[in-house]
Amino acid sequence: MSKKPKQMKGEVETTGHEWDGIAEYNHPLPRWWLWTLYATIIWAIAYTIAYPAWPLITHATRGVLHQSNRADVAAEIKRYDEANAPVEAKLVATDLTAIAANPDLVNYTQNAGGAVFRTWCAQCHGSGAAGAKGFPNLNDDDWLWGGTIEDIYTTISHGVRNTTDPDARYSEMPRFGADGLLEPAQIDQVVQYVLQISGQDHDAALASEGATVFADNCTACHGEEGKGDRSVGAPNLTDAIWLYGGDVKSLTETVTNARFGVMPAWGQRLSESDVRAVASWVHSRGGGE
Amino acid sequence: MWDYLKLAVLAVIAVLAAIAANYAHDLAYMVNALTVMLAAAITFIWVLRNTGNDQPALDPHPERSYNDGVVRAGVIATTLWGIVGFLVGVTIAFQLAFPELNFSEFAQGYMNFGKLRPLHTSAVIFAFGGNALIATSFYVVQRTSAARLWGGNLAWFVFWGFQLVIVLAASGYILGATQSKEYAEPEWLTDWWLTVVWVAYLAVFLGTIVKRKEPHIYVANWFYLSFIVTIAMLHVVNNLSIPVSMFGSKSVQVFSGVQDAMTQWWYGHNAVGFFLTAGFLGMMYYFVPKQAGRPVYSYKLSIIHFWALIFLYIWAGPHHLHYTALPEWASTLGMVFSIVLWMPSWGGMINGLMTLSGAWDKLRTDPIIRMMVVSVGFYGMSTFEGPMMSIKAVNSLSHYTDWTIGHVHSGALGWNGMITFGALYFLVPKLWHRERLYSLKLVSWHFWLATIGIVLYAASMWVTGIMEGLMWREVDSQGFLVNAFADTVAAKHPMYVVRGLGGLLYLTGGLIMAYNLWATVAKQPAVASSNSAVPAE
Repeated sequence: MSKKPKQMKGEVETTGHEWDGIAEYNHPLPRWWLWTLYATIIWAIAYTIAYPAWPLITHATRGVLHQSNRADVAAEIKRYDEANAPVEAKLVATDLTAIAANPDLVNYTQNAGGAVFRTWCAQCHGSGAAGAKGFPNLNDDDWLWGGTIEDIYTTISHGVRNTTDPDARYSEMPRFGADGLLEPAQIDQVVQYVLQISGQDHDAALASEGATVFADNCTACHGEEGKGDRSVGAPNLTDAIWLYGGDVKSLTETVTNARFGVMPAWGQRLSESDVRAVASWVHSRGGGE
Repeated sequence: MWDYLKLAVLAVIAVLAAIAANYAHDLAYMVNALTVMLAAAITFIWVLRNTGNDQPALDPHPERSYNDGVVRAGVIATTLWGIVGFLVGVTIAFQLAFPELNFSEFAQGYMNFGKLRPLHTSAVIFAFGGNALIATSFYVVQRTSAARLWGGNLAWFVFWGFQLVIVLAASGYILGATQSKEYAEPEWLTDWWLTVVWVAYLAVFLGTIVKRKEPHIYVANWFYLSFIVTIAMLHVVNNLSIPVSMFGSKSVQVFSGVQDAMTQWWYGHNAVGFFLTAGFLGMMYYFVPKQAGRPVYSYKLSIIHFWALIFLYIWAGPHHLHYTALPEWASTLGMVFSIVLWMPSWGGMINGLMTLSGAWDKLRTDPIIRMMVVSVGFYGMSTFEGPMMSIKAVNSLSHYTDWTIGHVHSGALGWNGMITFGALYFLVPKLWHRERLYSLKLVSWHFWLATIGIVLYAASMWVTGIMEGLMWREVDSQGFLVNAFADTVAAKHPMYVVRGLGGLLYLTGGLIMAYNLWATVAKQPAVASSNSAVPAE
């Protein structure tokens, strides 16, 4: 185990110590290594002279270049803000319905509105605005609270069923099952009726019973024909678009425990110009009215 | 007398732990207290059974042989914790690719990525790496000092105490006890216990060096010692916190805001610098020359790069906080110290690789040497990549992206993992007195699986890291962001699958190693070999 490693001819001497059979040569430092080390040290000194670096008693050295990352960022933001200021002012002053007719504003709202959407809205509605369960698809022409630019603007600005904005869109579906407003049998019937009016496979006998249940309990909001009512955000039940699912299980859950979708009031967080931009962007997605 | 004192102390600990469990404010604390109670009770019974049995006369001169039992235990623990750490790593890699694997409904959130991620990092760094460092340092310091470990059973206390730290930390993470400081997640109770264990570790190591029979201290031991001392300092300062209650796991940090962040990354960076670099360089300086059968290339280089490394590393932490609330001067200094650190880091690589000059032919025949060469190669690559990523302009692209994850793993899987595997393959036949490893062919399989795994991992993370960095910063002519965050996540999916596969290969290699090491001991007869502490002449 403590066998000496063989030394080859012409090699430098070892230091003469040995530990558990390990000896050490005393090769000089590789030149390229040493010079690179010196170069990094010289560069480091130069860099710390040029840029903010050495802490003193009350402040640190600023560096002869007077460079500052914070100032750089502030300047860059200011540059864009100043460049965008005229078009933003114009956007705020223009009537919502007139935006689409102005090419400059359309160009701006496509960029700015898209960016606002991707930053603030994509978390729920998806980066392509296609929505998810419980979060409406904004690309189609099915709207809960209205699809005109004014409707969309109001929804974005004040939000839905939140507690921060008194002008938020508000309505509340009763919890028909949980609060005992309907018997389980009646819920089964009305679910079959909803399947029927939405053109799905259903149990005709139960559905005909369900028609009565629907007429007595649901028409106030969803309408006689089940086509919904935008003034209270009641969805159309006769199409194939479902926010929480249109199968028996999902519908039973909806009727039993109701749904209570919430959206923040963006008017409280974003600038007027940003809200208008994102409203225009959503309106332009294909379903705008 | 000494045994009775030990019994009394253990009994008191067990009873106090039981009381603490009874008054526990939270589940994590209760489970930790019960674990401590159980550990104290088991040790109590063990001490009790041995009380009165005077040392058996089997070995009349215990001081003349090395304490290899604790190294054997460390080798087993390293292998097992390695497998656990790699397995959790592969799990969370696939959780990122396929979020359904969180099994949120079934596991009630206990298997979520957020809980398993610190489990993975702690398992591989502290459980796998820590056990590897403790075991190899105990082996190396005895051989290169020609002296038995100082302190008798204190080395065993270090070993079992460290396993207890791991169990307390891991169960705490899952049950919600965390300081939310990266690589320093364990709460105050575990921190205090680790401090006790670490001081004992320092005592054993230093005690052995003090009573060495060699005139000089071998370079590997400088590195090991700097690792032990610096980790003690980092651990204590970064974990300065005040417990909310003696009966709860929660504590409040002494520092706040940017001071806390700076302390955390001073710690975090030097955990990399002293745990994963200096400590493992200690391993490299013993096992590479041993396996190659060649002298170390340059004594002079080892001195210069050792002192340069430990002087410079400690200042480089601020590069983790570029473009944050940290003052710019601190950011600049962190960056320039990182750049100057480049050559001192490479000193270790040069010494490792050049030690092999004259033995290059062994690369063809010895897969263990191949492992060590690849390890040193990855060390060189990541210690170049690190300084490069610390440059502010590069960091503005790379920070917060998967590039960082790829960088860490080329270091951890390539450097730390491979040098540890090499050391384990070297150690097992020696520690269990077997003539050779069970199968060199399996070592070769392990080598290739691990190497390909690392390449898949690092390459996929470079691609996603640079891609998401570019996507995040992309703005249009009016200054608006072009991509949603979710777009970058979706774009990364294929690379996340590749990364998971790379991890799977690495894990498979680890399993092959575990089998090979087991078979080395179980399927081969023991041979007589020397275990005596005789100084090499």
